[in-house]
Amino acid sequence: MSTLHTVNKSPFDRGSLESALAHALPGDAVLLIEDAVVGARSAAARIAEVLKAAMPACSLYVLGPDLSARGIPTTDVIDGMTVVDYAGFVDLVTGHDKTQAWL
Amino acid sequence: MKIGVVVNEGPYTHQASDTAYQFTKASLEKGHEIYRVFFYHDGVNNATRLTVPPQDERNVQRNWSELAEKYQLDLVVCIAAAQRRGILDDSEAKRHGKGDGAANLAPGFRISGLGQLIESGIQSDRLVVFGD
Repeated sequence: MSTLHTVNKSPFDRGSLESALAHALPGDAVLLIEDAVVGARSAAARIAEVLKAAMPACSLYVLGPDLSARGIPTTDVIDGMTVVDYAGFVDLVTGHDKTQAWL
Repeated sequence: MKIGVVVNEGPYTHQASDTAYQFTKASLEKGHEIYRVFFYHDGVNNATRLTVPPQDERNVQRNWSELAEKYQLDLVVCIAAAQRRGILDDSEAKRHGKGDGAANLAPGFRISGLGQLIESGIQSDRLVVFGD
């Protein structure tokens, strides 16, 4: 049973990304959407370290259209994170047993 | 695969309804079935036909209505949330004595109860929630 966790808040504003990572089990995926995409930048000091620490167990994704809406080039994204489009979002939903939105 | 969608936020205040729309559209384009889109809390504000955004801006309500027509979607608005926010269909407008022409439920939407959300959770293979 694997879960896709979606996070839509900036990790500099709320704790939902860190809550999601704390609850994610090995094999789960975490997808950053909406304002959460600002946390995917490799230059995002502390949060980048938190995400890298989660990576061996969980796969991390970020929604590309929300990156470009915020002027963040995909080259700025942390190594090992995968940029997906909306079709990729759908594949993540269908590819995991359930989806948990961290609102 | 059967996917249920829940929208908890209104248009133009938060990105949630835009994301939900794009996700729903992408699911349909990939050949999945959208079992139902359930609009709850401020999400019911997606369903008023009286929105008139500037012409060069996206029209969230119309996007939903057009998608519903194209794919025969079941767009369900929570009745209690809708009544609090003044989203009425013909029979509700009449029942509450709001006068002729007061109904503002947009094409493609229908008003029903919370049971429809529970049913969507049971019948869908996946339930995806969008909100603030």
